[in-house]
Amino acid sequence: MDYQFLWPPVIKALPELVDAALLTMEVSVVSMIIGLSIGLLLSFGRRSKYFLPRAASTIWVELARNTPVLFQIFFFYWGLGEFGIFLSSYVAVVAALSFNTAGYMAETFRGGFNAIPETQLRAARSLGMSFLQTQRYVIVPQVLRVVYYPMTNQFIWVILMSSLGMLAGLRELTGETQYFNSRTFRTFEFFAATAVIYYIIAKIVMLGARLIGWRIFRGQGT
Amino acid sequence: MAAVIELKNVRKSFGDLEVLKGIDLKVENGEVLSVIGASGSGKSTMLYCINGLEPIQDGTITVEGTVVNDKSTNLNKLRQKIGMVFQQWNSFPHLTALENVALAPRVVKGLSRSAAKEIAAKQLAHVGIGDKLDVYPGALSGGQQQRLAIARALAMEPSYMLFDEATSALDPELVGEVLDTMRMLASEGMTMIVVTHEMGFARDVSDKVAFFHEGKVEETGPAKAVLSAPKSGHLQKFLAKVH
Ligand SMILES: Nc1ncnc2c1ncn2[C@@H]1O[C@H](COP(=O)(O)OP(=O)(O)O)[C@@H](O)[C@H]1O
Ligand SMILES: [Mg+2]
Repeated sequence: MDYQFLWPPVIKALPELVDAALLTMEVSVVSMIIGLSIGLLLSFGRRSKYFLPRAASTIWVELARNTPVLFQIFFFYWGLGEFGIFLSSYVAVVAALSFNTAGYMAETFRGGFNAIPETQLRAARSLGMSFLQTQRYVIVPQVLRVVYYPMTNQFIWVILMSSLGMLAGLRELTGETQYFNSRTFRTFEFFAATAVIYYIIAKIVMLGARLIGWRIFRGQGT
Repeated sequence: MAAVIELKNVRKSFGDLEVLKGIDLKVENGEVLSVIGASGSGKSTMLYCINGLEPIQDGTITVEGTVVNDKSTNLNKLRQKIGMVFQQWNSFPHLTALENVALAPRVVKGLSRSAAKEIAAKQLAHVGIGDKLDVYPGALSGGQQQRLAIARALAMEPSYMLFDEATSALDPELVGEVLDTMRMLASEGMTMIVVTHEMGFARDVSDKVAFFHEGKVEETGPAKAVLSAPKSGHLQKFLAKVH
């Protein structure tokens, strides 16, 4: 092998790569917040006694879970152009990742709600708590505990998926790496450095989530 | 004396299954009514109807003059007056004992956190688990969890307490402590409706007994009289079985 490793270009580009990594995090966090909120609503929709919310949320969940993420990103970036809607790369990627996360988390939430016995609701209502108070103080906190680890997995998954945003023109971490690669042709060096950055981010998120989880849920073990 | 809880010809169905077939009952202030009867005779359902957790199809239920089954009745408000303890103790597993009890006074009555905690600590001490304030329910025994449930209901300062087989799910050695707590409440003058299979409790503590059979009150009267000299054949058979 006569390939000569050459790292200085990577080191020179490091500030830009870190900036791009921050954009990756921003896109992921925003998508996660929107996706979780909609996912919660969809899980209510799927348990609704009315046909329309049930059908709409079922279709959403089915599409989000059974089509490729790349496809979802392309749809928001180019597909909506057919209807005269033109989203920026940033908005399109956030929309697609939120769409995807909402679909997955809706199912997770549904499982979480099913895991809470009906009698908890009755006990809370018998104390004079309204339906919403019961959800807010009794049911949802218990559901959050059930969905906490699936949720952190989804978050890491979103961070990794956001790399596809590059194909919709977003200069997030992978996009930025590709940009430097095309200018310097230090392909291996740049992609190795970026892989390490992704790895570190994923590990930090995982450990942080464990720590927070331990802090919130300690003592509740049943 | 006027009845504070009164059921008149109460009918309740789940779909095609009629579970309560015209129930008439009266409970006066300070009275303890024990409800006995075979499983499936509608005892739990009746309790759920009294605090409006289940709607009824016919008849009327009044609590302190408020018609429970009236559409305009504010059930959340009514339920503050009626404490309920379930067979499955239903502690909130994500909250400590103190938080379990303080929750409803805080969010329903709007008390400050500290005022709610003060009431909670007082009620937990009252039922004999004042040393478990910061313990999560998972670390409590069944008997302690059931006393926690009683304290949680009492913290709303209810005028009435409904007990649905509060000791049926407990290990035998834990039944006594919960019955003692219920006895204590009765001696403090709490108005109670107690669904129970504990005939000793029914005889010694309650003023009246009602025997449910297939969705009807088949026999009712003063506790000692009904239990020692049952008239109904079904009640005689039932008593022979539980003794
Ligand atoms: N939510 C429900 N849906 C349908 N049937 C029910 C429901 N709750 C109770 N039942 C039925 O009503 C009858 C009376 O039940 P219940 O009031 O629990 O009796 P008990 O407390 O005396 O054992 C039973 O046949 C039971 O299966
Ligand atoms: Mg029952």
